[in-house]
Amino acid sequence: MEFLRKHGSSPRRRLLTFAATGTVAALLLSACAADAGGEAGGGEGSSEGASISFIPKNLNNPYITLELSGAKEAAEELGFTYAEAAPLDAGADSQIPFIQTEVQNGTQILAVSPNDPDAVCPALEDARAGGAKIITFDSDSAVECRDLFINQTSVEGVAAGQLEQLFDQIGGTGEIAILSATAAAPNQNAWIEAMIQQIEESDEYEWDLVATVYGDDDDTKSFQEAQGLLQSYPDLAGIISPTTVGIAATARYLSTSEYKGQVALVGLGLPGQMKEYLDDGTVQAFALWDPSEVGYLTAYAGKALLEGTITGAEGDTFDAGKLGSYTVGPDGLVIVGELLKFTPENIDEYDYISF
Amino acid sequence: MPESTAARRPAWVARLLTRDAALIAVLVLVLVLASAALPRFASPVTVGYLLLNAVPVLLLALPMTLIIITGEIDLSVASTVGITTATIGSLNLAGWEFLPAVLVALLVGVIAGAVNGALIAFVGLPSLAVTIGTLALYRGLTLVLIGDNSVSSSQYPEGFTSLINAKVGATGIPIVMGFVILAAAVFIIVLHATPFGRGLYALGFSKEAATFVGVHVPWAKFWLFTASGLVAAFVGVFWSTYYSARSDSANGLELTVIAAVLLGGVSIFGGRGTVIGALTGVLIISNINYALRLQRVPDVVLIIITGSLLIVSVVGPSVVDAARRRIQRARRHRTRPLAEARGIDGA
Repeated sequence: MEFLRKHGSSPRRRLLTFAATGTVAALLLSACAADAGGEAGGGEGSSEGASISFIPKNLNNPYITLELSGAKEAAEELGFTYAEAAPLDAGADSQIPFIQTEVQNGTQILAVSPNDPDAVCPALEDARAGGAKIITFDSDSAVECRDLFINQTSVEGVAAGQLEQLFDQIGGTGEIAILSATAAAPNQNAWIEAMIQQIEESDEYEWDLVATVYGDDDDTKSFQEAQGLLQSYPDLAGIISPTTVGIAATARYLSTSEYKGQVALVGLGLPGQMKEYLDDGTVQAFALWDPSEVGYLTAYAGKALLEGTITGAEGDTFDAGKLGSYTVGPDGLVIVGELLKFTPENIDEYDYISF
Repeated sequence: MPESTAARRPAWVARLLTRDAALIAVLVLVLVLASAALPRFASPVTVGYLLLNAVPVLLLALPMTLIIITGEIDLSVASTVGITTATIGSLNLAGWEFLPAVLVALLVGVIAGAVNGALIAFVGLPSLAVTIGTLALYRGLTLVLIGDNSVSSSQYPEGFTSLINAKVGATGIPIVMGFVILAAAVFIIVLHATPFGRGLYALGFSKEAATFVGVHVPWAKFWLFTASGLVAAFVGVFWSTYYSARSDSANGLELTVIAAVLLGGVSIFGGRGTVIGALTGVLIISNINYALRLQRVPDVVLIIITGSLLIVSVVGPSVVDAARRRIQRARRHRTRPLAEARGIDGA
């Protein structure tokens, strides 16, 4: 400040103007891109014309867009009024105002994919007090805060599938690392925990897990984390990225780096997005499920809850349109299906799974 | 710049008053429009949700107003909130009682603020540089402290969480607002009714002038940043009981706070602004956001609107000032052709 003062007010002014412009720019930049749909409205009645609201972790995420496309499809089939709302970032607390808004809008079925299992609970309890049915999809809240949890596939299945794919490529030894989404994402952490447990329990897996890094489901940050991993651990044999944003960013980095083909990359990716990296040899195999089925099943589960045909108790069965019939498992868990593995051989059948 | 502004002093006092009045009018207009257009807006539920969600920004705006008036800035407030929530959360995990954990968190906040204050006041570094540094540093320490844990309000004694959510009768006004009003009163008195506070305006115009009128510049700055840390710690306590304690708690909130304070008429160049104006700015933004969200307007649009409001509110007065100065100079040229040939202060 001393220096700046001696030279009159203009340099200081420039600094502060910079701060002001920075604030504005940051606000505006984070507004870029994105197509956040959402029609207003709220209906009444037992099931026909009921209102269903989806609150995913964030918008602008191709995976979530695909998931919601299934939800929208099912809502149309069922004649529901569909709405979706979510924050731009996957922060723990940024979802809460959106839940509150849906509570106030009197939505009848509230489907949430919590960024934090507990933080959303008070808001969900408010929704429940207003008579809404609560379903979590993708990632779960505390069990007592919701009626059902729709999960893509079992935690163990996801972990095992990715480890198998890695084993097929690099064998059971060497340094590996995990590139995840946010540090507190419940589903990511459950998978990572299961992977660590399976590595410990298996005799074949002798890997040395050197690091777990977080790309926050942000493309740029994930890209930089991938760069950092390979710089810090030049002997890295493989990376597991159980997030579609992370695996795509890592693949993009690998494909242009000297590590292309040297470092194995597995994880959960969108076929449409990952096809080019399978084609150019950066990636040999990855896995996923059809995310739209998660949204689709969630809407049908909402219908069953609202009509009272199920309560979320273990053993309840309900019909889920084109997906067939489903049974509720322990703790209100419904599993959509198995992990689907993609290789150069089958990728063309699935590359419609994209954004 | 200092001498010409000092000469216009009564004029800017008058303008301040009208600016505050105009802001309050805008707030009322927003409220009336939202209530008329949205059937669900005017309800106790709105009041409760809206005010509770606004509490962090309202509180953080108080010290931020004073800091910006002195021509400085504190970008580390959200990270200080983060580190204090992480302190409460990790002490809770370690088996501490809630109240002792809160006291430690408040202490952590004060230390975080004092570190900023000492570097800015006594080492003489620009606040922009120091607080950009501590923004990253405190967020990093937050991650070290709490890792990927998440400690939610359900971990704390029922009494505290229900106190946070308690409302005044059927009005929907949260009881916590009492604390916000108390804190606002303290800051209003300090800024507008004490020599220290009036000294801050002088400081915003010119450090030398402030020294001449008896302001101890380094200590003034030190206490402001320490106060900012303390208030951020209170917000951290609120955050961990209302939301949860996580590594990304309050991430990016500093931008919201600064945007609201600037919208509230506090000049980014220092020397101008009021606490009431800043708080009105916060409420205008919260109400617009809440109303639009109730209409399910996507967040992308919300951010664009907030950004545009901010630009208009920052650029607007500067354009008016520039125009006024140009007229004055033209007038001066007619009377005194050799008057100072100084460029127009741009924004």
